[in-house]
Amino acid sequence: MSFLVLGMIGCDQVWNNPHESDNLDEKVGYSSFSEPPKTLDPAKSYSADEIRFTAQIYEPLLQYDYLKRPYTLEPLTAAALPKIEYLNEKGEVLPENAAGNQVAFSRYDITIKPNIYYYPHPAFAKKQGGEFNYHQMNEVELEEIDELNDFAITSTRELMAEDYIYEIKRLADPRVSSPIYGVMSQYIVGMSEFHDEILDLMKKNLTIDLRKHEISGLKSDDPHHLIITLKGKYPQFGYWLAMIFFSPVPWEVDQFYSQRGLGEHNLTLGWFPVGTGPYYLAENNPNHRMVLKENPFYQRDYYPVVSDDPNDTKKGYLQNAGKKLPLVRKFIFSLEKESIPRWNKFLQGYYDSSSISSDSFDQAIRIDENGVPDLTPELKDHGIRLETVVSPSIFYMGFNMLDPVVGGNSEKNKKLRQAIAAVIDFNEYIAIFNNGRGLAAQGPIPPGIFGYVNDKNPLTQVSLEQAKQLLSEAGYPNGRDEHSGQPLLLNYDAPSSSGPDDKARFDWMRKQFAKLNIELNIRSTEYNRFQENMRTGAEQIFMWGWNADYPDPENFLFLLYGPNGKVKYGGENAANYSNSEFDQLFERMKNMQNSDERAAIIQKMINIVRDDAPWLFGVFPKDYVLDHQWMSPVKMNVIANNTLKFVDLDAPLRAKLISRWNRPRIWPIMVMISLLLIFLIPVIISYIRRENTAIKKVK
Amino acid sequence: MWTYMIRRILYAIPILIGVNTLTFLLFFIVNSPDDMARMHLGSKHVTQAEIMAWKKAEGYDKPLFYNSDKTGFVKFTDTLYATKSLKLFTFQFGISDSGRDISNDIYQRMWPSLAIAIPSLIVGLFFDITVAMLLAFFRGTYLDFTGVSICVILMSISSLFYIMGGQFIIAKLLRLVPISGYEPGIGAIKFLILPVLIGIVSGVGSGARWYRTIFLEEINKDYVRTARAKGLSEQKVFFTHILKNAMLPILTGIVAVLPLLFMGSLILESFFGIPGLGSYTIDAIRMQDFDIVRVMVFLGTVLYILGLVLTDISYVLVDPRVRLK
Repeated sequence: MSFLVLGMIGCDQVWNNPHESDNLDEKVGYSSFSEPPKTLDPAKSYSADEIRFTAQIYEPLLQYDYLKRPYTLEPLTAAALPKIEYLNEKGEVLPENAAGNQVAFSRYDITIKPNIYYYPHPAFAKKQGGEFNYHQMNEVELEEIDELNDFAITSTRELMAEDYIYEIKRLADPRVSSPIYGVMSQYIVGMSEFHDEILDLMKKNLTIDLRKHEISGLKSDDPHHLIITLKGKYPQFGYWLAMIFFSPVPWEVDQFYSQRGLGEHNLTLGWFPVGTGPYYLAENNPNHRMVLKENPFYQRDYYPVVSDDPNDTKKGYLQNAGKKLPLVRKFIFSLEKESIPRWNKFLQGYYDSSSISSDSFDQAIRIDENGVPDLTPELKDHGIRLETVVSPSIFYMGFNMLDPVVGGNSEKNKKLRQAIAAVIDFNEYIAIFNNGRGLAAQGPIPPGIFGYVNDKNPLTQVSLEQAKQLLSEAGYPNGRDEHSGQPLLLNYDAPSSSGPDDKARFDWMRKQFAKLNIELNIRSTEYNRFQENMRTGAEQIFMWGWNADYPDPENFLFLLYGPNGKVKYGGENAANYSNSEFDQLFERMKNMQNSDERAAIIQKMINIVRDDAPWLFGVFPKDYVLDHQWMSPVKMNVIANNTLKFVDLDAPLRAKLISRWNRPRIWPIMVMISLLLIFLIPVIISYIRRENTAIKKVK
Repeated sequence: MWTYMIRRILYAIPILIGVNTLTFLLFFIVNSPDDMARMHLGSKHVTQAEIMAWKKAEGYDKPLFYNSDKTGFVKFTDTLYATKSLKLFTFQFGISDSGRDISNDIYQRMWPSLAIAIPSLIVGLFFDITVAMLLAFFRGTYLDFTGVSICVILMSISSLFYIMGGQFIIAKLLRLVPISGYEPGIGAIKFLILPVLIGIVSGVGSGARWYRTIFLEEINKDYVRTARAKGLSEQKVFFTHILKNAMLPILTGIVAVLPLLFMGSLILESFFGIPGLGSYTIDAIRMQDFDIVRVMVFLGTVLYILGLVLTDISYVLVDPRVRLK
């Protein structure tokens, strides 16, 4: 024991390194994830927890420029941005600026870069005769397989346009249940017919090979040429082409994974993706850790050399300009369900970057007298950097416009909504519940998206007296019904998070309504019931959020478009708002390129919504990210997900600092052991005495 | 004894069916198949047709208990209950809603759970018995009083406090072990020291107090007085006579929990990043993955019943007076 302790004291190594490799000076990135991914199948995966992995593995046709703002699309595996042709019903080509109602079809002509290869995988392995090694394995062969490394032979092949077509067919395949089939089938010509065809084959229990069935809107006359035909005009389709849903899936891989027996070892496309991206998934244990390693066939990508923004150079975002990507060869993501251990490991240097949970906010950030966030001295001493960015999301408070009390287009009900909008202080909400991480929204479009307006919503400038006046005009003087004299009681529907913040949040909300003497009844339910209430229109007032799919105002304004109402049409317009003028403007705006004219239309639409007040615009959340000093400066890109390839780190510096920060402290343990021994001495003495005590004679 | 065991196993069948049915009912009262579909498809852009397609693909398009569209006995077999829950009795666990093989996942995850549970149990038992014997030896003294008071204090503290306090002091301040994490094989030791230590310390209050009571009960029995009257040393009396007889209730108590050890500890595993079975059920409930929930509840029930049977058998083995009929 003494030797062990002495050995430990003499040892200069850290003992608390949680990573399997003790070589912290290797260029390996360490990060964490809090929710295990559900699937990594590109046709199904939709959540951020999954996309952080799939976006490094799969490559759609397009991507977002890493440095450019506002967010701009650029080719990824495509040789250039798609050439778009608009056609009328007769198939005649229309001018580029043709109005949406004239366009019957849009044709996207895409050329794919040659010499792009998948990472080596057994699905591609072929025998000399051209037969696949592992596509028809028998039970004996399958029994020997536990993991992908058990396959002796791997191979690769070049990316082809057919691989994108195959994935789009998977989006329409009823067996895959892709969440975007509903949206895409409205646009891609022949997609719903293909879906029905497969459904028919399924009913007949026939073997289905997707290659033998065609979607009429997809063509490839050359291995590197792809044509996608859409119904009508849909300029936002380009953004979809940058999403993981539109990643290439080789038919060989799908056929390989469809073998019975591989699934029993969790060897499926959903768990072991095969892509052409900078990384491949070398280890997939969603309950423990995920490991991304550099794809040896990824040869073509370089860090951007120039930026439009002069601040990018100042901030060091161009320090890796021209270097071959990816910059780090391996990333290890460990599952950390609890925020406290995750935060402490970040402080010890074992994670390179971290977000800030509410529990740790005070340890990390202090707000100066001007309201500007800054790091605490402890974090500054560690050389940690803070990056902040407003995320393309909104948390809004909505009124159910179908509700007889708060909804509808009547002047009285509108004034009631306006009065409420005037008194709810979202700046206070952000300060109390978001640690100041957010902006009080003045409209539905967040900063960074075309059409964002930063002028104040006139309703937020209304004084309390004016709000009371509005309420009185709405028929509720001093919060009471002018006819019955009964107090006005409104219902606030909210999903319960079962967290400690719920009560405080609800109390705060009650207080806001109490400014107008309105009683607020909180109807807190679990999320499933809340969603059901929203679908059936049973809610009255609610708070909900939206995270952008792509950086276009259409993706926010469609949340208020009448034909997108949740109750009537099952759409995403949860407030069930309908205003014909707004709807007409939306239909014009959605097919336009960004221009002054489009901006003017959006401003008009925002003014309409501000006046009708179906929403209280709520909060644009702000993301705070902390980076250790050994990390290269990373420009936060909240729309693009494939940014891991731009990350660099100074591993020797990390190893040096971790060693300095984590020297074990032995002396308290020595003191404790000594105290225990001291305590045991009288116990032992007492024991010996008792053992040696002679029986006393009783006189 | 064999007749007894067969009878106990037969008793287990209605219990398993009951628990299975109750789990099924409770799960589907809270989550409808539509909710499950929304959870898996994401809440954006999802149409009712897609929800129907998902339910069909995953087998959730059937009625819960009675399929009026079918004829004869198929009315009962072509239902969600029959297809999802009754298969368990053949130990066919199937594939989870996220497409993972459940048997494989359980097999992978039970080892880390056991890696914490077994050392915690063995070392904890040794430590609890040692403390309990010390207190019993010094019964009625200040040491006993202080020891029992400390035990009561230790019992009153939440296990969460031990975890967070342990991580803060041992891993953060003293930097002796990693705060959390796991490594398979021998490398697991450095990750297990702290959770095992916390498991032991958090259990010593209740364990030592209970065992002390058992020892005190034995100390006052006639055979102990006889042993002392024979002139045996206290050491001999304690270790040869009292400990041996007191082990009967201690061991039978432990045997009951042995099968449940591999189900893991939810909080301990979450905080220490141990990839065990502890959070498997809770995660599945949160993700509305009924396939995992039903398997884990079924397995928990089987293991609980197994624990009770093993307890009965252990009585026979350690106490010759007990016979199972």
